[in-house]
Amino acid sequence: MTTTPANSTRAPVLEFDDVSLAFGSRRILDHVSFEIRAGEFTGLIGSNGVGKTTLLKVILGTQRIQSGDIRINGTKRTARLRSVGYVPQKVSIDADVPIRSRDFVALGLDAHRFGLRRRTTEDRRRVDELLEAVDATSFADARLGDLSGGEQQRVLIAHALVSEPSLLLLDEPLANLDPRSVQEIVALLHNIAATRDVAVFLSAHEMNALLPVMDRIVYLTGGRAASGTTDEVVRSDVLSALYGHHVDVLQLHGRVLVVAEPGTTTDHLPSHETLKVD
Amino acid sequence: MINAWEVGTMVAVVAGVVGFFVVLRGSAFPAHAIPNGAFAGAAGANLMGISPLLGLGAFSLLGAVAIGTLGRRTRSDVATALVLVLMLALGAAFLSQSTEYEPQIFSLLFGEILGVSTSQLTPVLIIGAVCILATFAMFRQLMLTCLVPDIAHSKGLRPAVVDLMFLVIVAGATTMTVPVVGALLIFTLMIGPPAAARCLTHRPGVAMALSVAISVSVVWAAIASSFQSNWPVGFFVGVFSAAWYGVARLAHTALRARRTTLATAISYTAAS
Repeated sequence: MTTTPANSTRAPVLEFDDVSLAFGSRRILDHVSFEIRAGEFTGLIGSNGVGKTTLLKVILGTQRIQSGDIRINGTKRTARLRSVGYVPQKVSIDADVPIRSRDFVALGLDAHRFGLRRRTTEDRRRVDELLEAVDATSFADARLGDLSGGEQQRVLIAHALVSEPSLLLLDEPLANLDPRSVQEIVALLHNIAATRDVAVFLSAHEMNALLPVMDRIVYLTGGRAASGTTDEVVRSDVLSALYGHHVDVLQLHGRVLVVAEPGTTTDHLPSHETLKVD
Repeated sequence: MINAWEVGTMVAVVAGVVGFFVVLRGSAFPAHAIPNGAFAGAAGANLMGISPLLGLGAFSLLGAVAIGTLGRRTRSDVATALVLVLMLALGAAFLSQSTEYEPQIFSLLFGEILGVSTSQLTPVLIIGAVCILATFAMFRQLMLTCLVPDIAHSKGLRPAVVDLMFLVIVAGATTMTVPVVGALLIFTLMIGPPAAARCLTHRPGVAMALSVAISVSVVWAAIASSFQSNWPVGFFVGVFSAAWYGVARLAHTALRARRTTLATAISYTAAS
């Protein structure tokens, strides 16, 4: 390689090295390898049911793998408690639970530990700083369960970041959000990756909203993954090889469409990006 | 006989603390099943001529562990119902063999706040203190696992294990309170005051403190009313708990309506 981005010289935050996992005869991950670096925004793109959530659970250590190595900050599956922040999919907060946004963010500091601890001035400062970073100051004292989906998403991101992880995982954070909230959350996460030296790894079934900010992409289908910059991966030849049949990648008004030949099933293509001809 | 006020206060504090999470975590059904099952343990202990507290403790713990472990495999409400039914059946069998029938059942189900013996006081105090300490120790874990179990799991907490540990705390609270307020009434005290408290504030710490305060006020008012009217304490505990919840719920709805009207007014002003 002749041109090396500045980031490539740094050790990756997350490395997948030949990772395989199957549920029965169904291959979820088939010799998958990729890397994620600090300060970068990486999209995990694939259609629904392709195994994005399972891949994230593998990183979190709540799902075992059958072979391969996973390294976080260069060490094998250790220190996941502090070094990984996680925003799960489809979180629904019970509106009856008396807890404010700021209390929930503070829970991110040490909720896995036993005992009561008095919040220090430093703790409070960090919580305030995070609430401001995700633009949640105006509803910091509101009940978490009363907030809208987009607002709750911001608080969940602040909760995940307050323990200063080097890797932030988000599982379909854009699903069920209105278009304006999608744009806001994407811009927010891009900003977080760039300014906080955090590797943001976000799963989505629709990549168009992420195209302006995505530094790298991990494209998952049928257990296999292609990774690289968006220009390297979202190409006809690369995706055709990945799918095992010919697909075209069209650029249209700044959006990407992945189109399969007539007759081939498009069920496994990321939704909204397949061209449907009536 | 020891002071009803002292015993009542003790029970109210434990119910307020443990009940806070019973309500938040949606464990009302287990909190109903464990004391009712524990009643069978007390009946069994009575039959064998050992301390009812031992029977209560053993059956509460057994019930909690059964609900916690079975609930992981099948739907937890079904598991809870099965445990409840099985323990009640045992209770029926034990009672049928017992000679002292009616007054015994009555006091186990509805309590005998005015007839607690001094020998029971120390174990009741110790179990109560352990329950409160354990709840405080697990405060943040209980909070996180009930709000977003997936995040808790990613932090290395096992939601099912946390759930089981909490049910054991409920079993402890049951053991200490059943002799005093009875199997049916401890459930009232664990649900009403915390459910009222969570309507009145957004802050978790304040909500728990309120839960304890409301619980204590209910018990005191119930004892006083019982002295006055000669009606059972349990009747007043149930009525006052429900009344507190009703009032808090109304206040909550009224506050929310006012906030919404205000927000709408502001957005109209901003738009025009």
